[in-house]
Parts: sequence; C-alpha cells; structure tokens
Amino acid sequence: MSILIDEKSKIIIQGFTGDKGTFHAKEMIAYGSNVVGGVTPGKGGSKHLGVPVFNTVKDAVEATGADTSITFVAPAFCADAIMEAADAGIRLVCSITDGIPAQDMMRVKRFLLRYPKERRTMMVGPNCAGIISPGKAMLGIMPGHIYKQGNVGIVSRSGTLGYEAAAQMKTLGIGVSTSVGIGGDPINGSAFLDHLKLFEQDPDTHAVVMIGEIGGPQEAEASAWVKENMSKPVVGYVAGLTAPKGRRMGHAGAIISAAGDSAAEKSEIMKSFGLTVAPSAGELGSTVAAVLARTR
Amino acid sequence: MDIHEYQAKELLAGFGVPVPRGSVAYSADQAVYNANELGGWHWAVKAQVHSGARGKAGGIKLCRTYNDVEKAARELLGKRLVTQQTGPEGKPVQRVYVEVAEPFERELYLGIVLDRKAERVRVIASAEGGMEIEELARTAPEKIMQVVVEPAVGLQAFQAREIAFGLGLNIKQVSRAVTTIMGVYRAFRDLDATMVEINPLVVTKDDRILALDAKMSFDENAMFRQRDVSGMRDPSQEDPREVQAAEHNLNYVGLDGDIGCIINGAGLAMATMDTIKYAGGAPANFLDVGGGASPERVANSFRLVLSDANVKAILVNIFAGINRCDWVAQGVVQACQSIEIKVPLIVRLAGTNEEEGRRIIRESGLPIISADTLTEAATRAVEAAKQQRAAY
Repeated sequence: MSILIDEKSKIIIQGFTGDKGTFHAKEMIAYGSNVVGGVTPGKGGSKHLGVPVFNTVKDAVEATGADTSITFVAPAFCADAIMEAADAGIRLVCSITDGIPAQDMMRVKRFLLRYPKERRTMMVGPNCAGIISPGKAMLGIMPGHIYKQGNVGIVSRSGTLGYEAAAQMKTLGIGVSTSVGIGGDPINGSAFLDHLKLFEQDPDTHAVVMIGEIGGPQEAEASAWVKENMSKPVVGYVAGLTAPKGRRMGHAGAIISAAGDSAAEKSEIMKSFGLTVAPSAGELGSTVAAVLARTR
Repeated sequence: MDIHEYQAKELLAGFGVPVPRGSVAYSADQAVYNANELGGWHWAVKAQVHSGARGKAGGIKLCRTYNDVEKAARELLGKRLVTQQTGPEGKPVQRVYVEVAEPFERELYLGIVLDRKAERVRVIASAEGGMEIEELARTAPEKIMQVVVEPAVGLQAFQAREIAFGLGLNIKQVSRAVTTIMGVYRAFRDLDATMVEINPLVVTKDDRILALDAKMSFDENAMFRQRDVSGMRDPSQEDPREVQAAEHNLNYVGLDGDIGCIINGAGLAMATMDTIKYAGGAPANFLDVGGGASPERVANSFRLVLSDANVKAILVNIFAGINRCDWVAQGVVQACQSIEIKVPLIVRLAGTNEEEGRRIIRESGLPIISADTLTEAATRAVEAAKQQRAAY
C-alpha cells in the first residue's frame, strides 16, 4: 500500500493545456499515473495528450469519476481552482503553484471545512513538489526515477531536499512507500501531522522521514504527536541551522520570527519527543538505514 | 515587504485610523518648512528606516523650535541609524518624518499578525504600550489580550469592543478605539498585510485615540494585486546584493562566511549551508537558483556570489528534477568561460542525467572540483576555502 495516491487514483490536471500543465502531465503519464482528463476553462470538449479537456472540475468529475487533482494554475487564480476542486468532490488536491497570497490560503482552508468530514478534501501544498507512490503513481514535478519502491515514508517541506533523501536512500537500497511534499508556504493545505497519521495507518510503511525547515510550529506539533501516538520510528531533520533570524530563506514560510522557529530549537524538540535526528543532510539516508537496522 | 512609518500612517489614515498630523522631508530645509506648515508648538522629527527601536537608537528627536527641527533633521539625514534590529551596519536615513507632537495620557499596544499556528489573523492588544511586545510576552503574558479572527466573517465589532474595554478605556474612548481597531483590521485585510503594529497607540487628554507609531509588513505573494503598496518599496533599506538578485529573479541572502553557494531549491540550499557548517566551514550566502537553472541564471548567480569579496570558494549543488544535469553542466561551463572565477569551484550534480552532466564538467578542461554526494561536496568546499585562505 501507500498513502494518498496509487495506481487506482483517477487524476485530473487543472491548468492542463498551459506549458507547465502540459509538460508535467506528460511526465506523470509516462510514469504510469492514471491521468483521466484535465480542466482549462474555455477549452472544454477538446482533447489534449489523448485525454478529454473540461471547462469545469464538476464536468470532469461527472464524466471521468476523477478523485484526485493537481493544479498548475497561476498564483492569482489558484485559490479559486482549489475551492472548485473541493466543491466538485475531489478527495485530494495537490497544488504545485508557488506564490499564492497567504490570505487566499486562509480562505481556502476555511472553505474546505464547509464539507462534512467524510467528503472533505485533503489538500497538499501549495509551493510543493507533489506526491509520489513509487511504482504506482506520481502527482507532482519530481524526477520519478530517483525513488525506489519500498517501505519508508517521506514527508518534506522542501522539494529538492526530499529528492536528496530519496536518492540517498536508493543508493543504500532503501525504498519509499510514498513521498509527500507539503510545501514551503506559511499556510499550507496539510501539515506534517496529517501525513504522519496516514503513514501510521499504512501497513506498508515501516518508518517515516520528516524533513522540516525554519519557521512555523508544524514540526513541533507533529513531533509531540509522534511521541504519544506513533508506533513506527521517525527520522527527523530540520534545514536552516545557518539561517539568520528574521530573514526569509527562499520559501515564503522559511523565516525565524518567533520562539521555536529556529532549526536548532526544532531539532531539540524532535529529539525530546524521541525522533532520531539526522546529524546533517548528507546523512539522511544512513540515519534511516541505522533506524531500520535497529527495528529489525 | 516592509514600508516606512509615514507610509504606514498614510495607508492607515485611509481606513479611518486617526494619526497625528505630519509630513515627510528629504532635507533639513524641507523639515523646517513642514513644521511651519503643520503648525503647533512641538514636533517630533523621526528617522524613516525599516526598523523598530528607533527611539532608543536616537532616531526620534523631540523639537520645540524651528531651529531644533533643522538641527534634528540635519543630524539624522544622510546618517546610518544603528538600532537593536538593524545589525552593526545600520540603515541609511534618507527621509525624516516631521510630526506634530501631541501630549498624551496613556500608551497602549495594538498589533495584528498572521498567526501560522492558528492559520488565522490574530489581534493582540495591551494596556502596557511603548514596550516591546516580545518582552511583555515573556515578563507579563497576562497583560496581553488576544482575539483570533474567523476568516469567513472577519473581525466583528463586539471583539473590538471587548478589547477596548479590556484596555480600561472610558466609554467615550471605547467607541473611538473600536473605530481604530476595526480600521487597522480592514487595512490589514484589504492590503494583504502580514503584520501591523501600533506601538504606542495613545489616549490624549481629550479622549482621542492616536496611532503614534505604525509599522506594517506585507505578503510578497500578494503584491501583484497591491500596486500602491508595492510602489512604496524602498530599495535603500535592503541589502544591495539582494536587490540585484531580485532583479534577476534569484533568491539571495548575504551571510558572514566565505563559501559562496549556488543551489536549486530553498530547502536544499539551507541544508547545503548547514552541511558546510557541519564540515567546519561557513557559508557566504543563501542562493536559490530555482528549478530552471538556465546558463543565464547560472552566470548571474556566479556574478552575484563573486560580488562578495569574502568568498574563497564556490559550491554549486544542483539536484535536477525538472531540469537536467547536462544542461546545468553546460551552463556552469559557459559561465566559467565568460566570467573570471579566481576561487576554487566545487560542483555537485545529482538527479536527471547526472552521469552526462558529470562527464561534461570532467571533459571541460576547467579546474572544477567534482563531487558526487552532498557531504563530499561540502567537505571539498571547506578544504578548498581553507587552502585559499592560507594562500593569501
């Protein structure tokens, strides 16, 4: 098994016919993802990359039974696209878009709560690399070939640092059940905690790597939950030990502005809740290997 | 994105927030002219820099005569003001704000922030104005009132009223405070702010409420729909290298170390900097070259990193996802041929087409140190920087 997506996920692409949508849709299809259609308002009725294009997400869901979407929509319009998907009954929306205003995301999160829990949409991102369940499906912009299929879950804020972890693990013969990028924005659709809960439930995930960075309370929240509820070992890492206070490090959310925001503090919190913290980013793979060896 | 006090006051006044009368001046003569125009008997001449704690740093001067105003403006303009928040290099004072100084009875605190934990807007208030809220949160958290705003409906008048009564205001002051609090909230919401701080918010003898100071920060992601606000950007208050980087759509933050970094992805960039430190070195900068990493972007990145005279070695670390290592390698080779790089260059390429990329670097005939892993790359960069330092 895996979490969030597998070979059965019926995927539509929002912003399908644009350059980015087209490029990454091709990559996803080539990887084996079950892309059933796409949405570009005004281009409904046509075909693109061999699958139908729809004007609205609702039309796409009715015609294809899609349950999963990925947005390649410009920042100004992306909140709208996410809410449209949620309203049409899409179960999982992954937003790659970088640059969505924080207040838009606040509204999106409030909007998602309109629906009862049984049909509430899970959102991943924005400003993330997406999700991959190796060998099954890819819903994102990552290089699929660096992931080996296996039993370790990855949940990371950063895209490229998630790649780094997967590649180091592959070199050591360790595979991935699912890798989730939650994104580098201050307000994101889902947090570390949401995915740790799913990994805990997934019988094919034996351990999890959680890769955080400076800024925000999510690493601490998730670590506290791990201590109380998680039966599987969690390897942690927090990027940004050398980041100066009050400076934004690329990601909109990567800024030390409050107590507990720094990498040193977060690493300490992780350790205090029983996570194994990788001493450096170069040792993510070897730390996972050591933890797996201990649990066997 | 930050703006100056006088700009924040101008914006807030547009939302019905009462502010003292004042005007901005670029010269001492203009400051005197402004004081004369404004009228009154006392003026505050305030250095306009993107930093708090200006008062303690001597950036705010109370004046009783036009002579005082001229002297204060002359002292401040053209100087670099060093506050607790600016770092030792300070920030240049190019404008002063001349404001009618009004006597007041009480100093309050009012702040609105984007709260990442609650994922909501949070209003913070205290009867203990004038001191830093972080300090108050540490020493007397019970003196801080907080209200979380429901995003579907926004801040409600009853919430503002609760805050106003909680601040110990009389009924006349309460209704004015409610107008002020609601105005500050609407400014926050409508202008895509991430922080507004009125410290102090003062109560005058005649029961008026005035924003004596104002600080605002905005969401960079929303600037596409806030043209008036984005027009208030003052590049003189930012690191010139960061301004230059922004022109090339690169993310750069200057640091104190001597190993220049060119990396794709913010997370990997931070992690690479940390690995350099772990290997015993110090990074000179954060630089995210982005997913594209075209030859042109790579060349611009080299120029930017080399503009820091401290740099003794450069580490390029690219994990190619969307792009391909062979393209990045070609970009690096081209950049090396067009820009004179006098310091050791360490390149680590991983991901899509990594073998081909590494071959291009190897066969380029350039003195590039190649590395396969992150740890290896950081270690080699630290060694190279050490040798370079020894050679000086």
